[in-house]
Amino acid sequence: MSDITRLLDQAQKAIGKATNLAELDQVRVRYLGRKGKLTEQLKQLGKLPADQRPKTGERINEVKREVGALIEARRQQLQSAVLAEKLESDRIDVTLPGRGQPLGSLHPVTRTMRRIERIFRQIGFEVKEGPEIEDEFHNFEALNIPEHHPARAAHDTFYFPSGLLLRTHTSPVQIRAMRDGKVPLRLIAPGRVYRCDSDLTHTPMFHQVEGLLVDENVSFANLKAILHGFAEQFFERDLKMRLRPSYFPFTEPSAEVDIECVMCSGDGCRVCSRTGWLEILGCGMVHPRVFEQVGVDAEKYTGYAFGMGVDRLAMLRYQITDLRLFFENDIHFLEQF
Amino acid sequence: MRFSEAWLREWVDPPVDTRELASQLTMAGLEVAGVEPAAPGFSDVVLGHVDSVEPHPNADKLRVCQVNVGASTEQIVCGASNVAAGQFVAVARVGAQLPGGVKVGKENLRGIESGGMICSAKELGMGEDADGIMVLPKGGRIGNDLRDHLSLDDLVIEVELTPNRGDCLGLAGIAREVAVINRTDINRQSATPVPAKNAANVPVSLEDEEGCPIFAGRVVRGIDSGAATPLWMQERLRRSGIRPISPVVDVTNYVMLESGQPMHAYDLRNLDGGIVVRRARAKERLKLLDGREIELDDDVLAITDDSGVIGLAGIMGGENSGVQPDTKDIFFEAAFFAPLAIAGRARRFGMHTDASHRFERGVEPGGQLAAVERATLLLTEIAGGEPGPAEVVAADRELQPADPVRLRRSQLDRLLGAEVPDDDVFDLLTRLEMQVKKTKEGWLAIPPAFRFDIAIEADLIEEVARLYGYDRIPEVDASEQLAVMADTEARVRDSALEAVLVDRGYREVVTYSFVDPALQRLLSPDDRPLELSNPISADLSVMRTSLMPGLIHALKQNLSRQHERARLFESGLRYIQQGDDLKQEKCLSGVIYGAASPEHWSARTIDGDFFDLKGDIQALIELTGEAERFVFEPAEHPSLHPGQTARLLRDGREVGSVGALHPGHQTALGLAKPAYLFEILVEPAFAAKIPAYREISRYPSVRRDISLLVDESVSAATVMACVRRHAPEVLRQIRIFDVYRGQRIDSGRKSIALGLILQDYCSTLTDGEADSVVTTVSTALVEDLNAKIRD
Repeated sequence: MSDITRLLDQAQKAIGKATNLAELDQVRVRYLGRKGKLTEQLKQLGKLPADQRPKTGERINEVKREVGALIEARRQQLQSAVLAEKLESDRIDVTLPGRGQPLGSLHPVTRTMRRIERIFRQIGFEVKEGPEIEDEFHNFEALNIPEHHPARAAHDTFYFPSGLLLRTHTSPVQIRAMRDGKVPLRLIAPGRVYRCDSDLTHTPMFHQVEGLLVDENVSFANLKAILHGFAEQFFERDLKMRLRPSYFPFTEPSAEVDIECVMCSGDGCRVCSRTGWLEILGCGMVHPRVFEQVGVDAEKYTGYAFGMGVDRLAMLRYQITDLRLFFENDIHFLEQF
Repeated sequence: MRFSEAWLREWVDPPVDTRELASQLTMAGLEVAGVEPAAPGFSDVVLGHVDSVEPHPNADKLRVCQVNVGASTEQIVCGASNVAAGQFVAVARVGAQLPGGVKVGKENLRGIESGGMICSAKELGMGEDADGIMVLPKGGRIGNDLRDHLSLDDLVIEVELTPNRGDCLGLAGIAREVAVINRTDINRQSATPVPAKNAANVPVSLEDEEGCPIFAGRVVRGIDSGAATPLWMQERLRRSGIRPISPVVDVTNYVMLESGQPMHAYDLRNLDGGIVVRRARAKERLKLLDGREIELDDDVLAITDDSGVIGLAGIMGGENSGVQPDTKDIFFEAAFFAPLAIAGRARRFGMHTDASHRFERGVEPGGQLAAVERATLLLTEIAGGEPGPAEVVAADRELQPADPVRLRRSQLDRLLGAEVPDDDVFDLLTRLEMQVKKTKEGWLAIPPAFRFDIAIEADLIEEVARLYGYDRIPEVDASEQLAVMADTEARVRDSALEAVLVDRGYREVVTYSFVDPALQRLLSPDDRPLELSNPISADLSVMRTSLMPGLIHALKQNLSRQHERARLFESGLRYIQQGDDLKQEKCLSGVIYGAASPEHWSARTIDGDFFDLKGDIQALIELTGEAERFVFEPAEHPSLHPGQTARLLRDGREVGSVGALHPGHQTALGLAKPAYLFEILVEPAFAAKIPAYREISRYPSVRRDISLLVDESVSAATVMACVRRHAPEVLRQIRIFDVYRGQRIDSGRKSIALGLILQDYCSTLTDGEADSVVTTVSTALVEDLNAKIRD
């Protein structure tokens, strides 16, 4: 066996023994480096007789290429082993919980209020807010509820020694808007309202959204359409609706609005007291005396107003069975919304 | 208003069943709140006559009665003390089924056989009275089934009336509505005048003609004080929720239920001279029928005689002048009291009576004489007696008939958005007893005197609409012009603020706007909160001057329910009184407590602190696009830790506070760990800038770090302000990447490490340029802040 063939044999064995990339590189340097064994052989080529040089040179180069190829093959082998090892050692338990703040939540009443606002915004109603500590004028008188009116007794008003009061509805916002705004107007007034009453079905503070639309030739028929549309959007289903004549000092004609019970679809259940109907809001055409109080020409303009209890709508929408849960603020309750 | 259906059908009997009748009333605006049987189901209960009562040989409290039940005479052992021979009673026979599943059997009570049971009202579900047996008026066929005898197969309809419909507080009014709805007629009960048999009278004078313009009265003498109210009347009263008392009282109540006209009866013995209706004088006193004594003042209308005040007009009579069990001579009163003279008075004295309820809403003026006649007729039929003349005293000023009200066809159509046919309009209004005249533009209608709620066109439109039927008015989509909605970017929307907090793990709470004064005082001792005059309870009696008390309360509630970590926020008004100025300011407030992040397998759980909260506030501020205009400045706040509190300024104006709950409060409130709170005024804080694009540099940035030692008193904000002041424009950003005190640092000093990010818009910065920035900044820090630059 010639020296070269022996070198090839040695190199082959060395490559096979290299167990990592560093060792393999040492093998490369030993055989193919500038001072490597095969490189040395090429340098010795000049010492050979001229006629042997081409053949021997050819043979050395051939072995060099072969060794190079073997090293490359081994490198790939070793690299993939390294990768495989890394992949194995990198393995994680993807079922462990992720990191960071979990999401919080909006209170169901706010969630409901925002939803009602979105539905009415789509049809051009502006959201207006107002003070909660009000005076008699804005809360009662301008709404055609003079002192001693029986409707006042029903409002169970919280008073302050100064004679100011906590608003019993968000209607004062409408009065303010009509007094300093221009008609026509379209607004809804969401917010907190207060009545001096506390039992299973009443809390001394609750939430209302009231709406007002004033324009030329607004009719009761328009009011019916918009409320039916709202109810169906809010509950995301087709619903039967009925308007019952009622009385509010600030609207005339006035109506209570019932929808088909969303729990039993009108068959009668505990929630609707077996009537099949749920009363969800009150409404009517703006009373001419209210227009008079705020300086709107009742001959030119007509308008409608409506008011709904947000807490009750939230209860119906989210199947909440106890009103008081809203104000206990238990995280176990809040996190469900 | 509760009434027997059978009674109503005597007045008007349309061909509809009860269910439909109730639905008609509801859909006409007289909401039916309930329909229930006049008595619950029971069987085998008959009218019996107690022939004799003997003591029970073996029991002191029991009696042995022989009771005639028609077909037989039964021996019945009875425990009621009011049982007596000669009574007509309700007897449950052996085998009878009583309400509540009770079955009556043959029993042996202490050695005596008992063949049935004499029933109390409660046992038959006909009242609350369980003290004794129900004693029925004498008469009737013994053995008759009680349901037939008392006409119990009847329903009681309860109507919840709105305050405008005082005219329906009598059966006549309800009947009128039913007749209009069904376009049928009422069987009018003609009031038969009872001729006077003597000249007895009580002179009446009206001093307050505004308050009481009409007063009808009549004396009836010599009634039989032993007479009993007939069964039919007792039953009607009972079905209307009124307890039968005596013929005189029952008659006045009955006439009120029938006509809506409240009445009162005086014992003639106790009237001292004539009656004067006048305003009470300040401090006059009156002992009421219910035994209470009240003090009056001069805006209360009083019925008086020579002895003083004998009744609160339109509300309640006095104790001294009322009828007694032995009363023989009476004086009936039926007056018209103006709603404004009565409204609110009963409430002021903590009362609400059948009379005040009606007078506040309006009783038909002009119906007084008919009421007195009706009462006289009924009373003399029941208890005999001889009436004097019926007398009406009326104010000189005649009650004016109502003005005609105009109803225009055009306005009717416009307001309803539906066209009600002319004939219907005319017919409905006429049936409502209006005098209707057709005009060129529509109609003119004079409302009847009993309708206090009809004065303007809208009132007539409502009448037409409700009786024509709201359900017949179509739903018509509005055709108003489309208007472009305002949508501003100049303010941060509430929903965006909420979203940031929710994203950062906060849960929104809603707490009452009134809080516990003790908690309010603890947290904000300097505030003078507004106090409610009539709070719902002592611990909800003052208006919050901050949202913090409510948040702390909600936090504590949750900690007591095994939550160890909480992030809560609320938005709403706070109410601050400053002199005459009342500020109602919208706030966004929050609290964090416990671990900074929820417990996690990859890291040790550490408690959140000031900087967790500050990071959340910075995120809120970022929404404005103008974070650079906000400053956190060390501050003090009565609720918060003096060393861990900042006030938040926007353009130098205070817009909020943030800090740790004061450790003293923390201890007082029993909180194991510190809580961190913030409160931001929404209006001034969250104006927003509309973004304006700035050029982006295309050249690489370089970073140079500076580490410096400064006195503890030098704040990070001061250091950064100094750097900004002196650095050239290429300074893009300053990062504080380390703050260190302790080993190898002098006490009273701290080390701060800054990373300066430098970048130019028109070239790549050279090392030399970057180094020169560092030199400039370092020099300034040394000179301005007495800093020492570390290597």
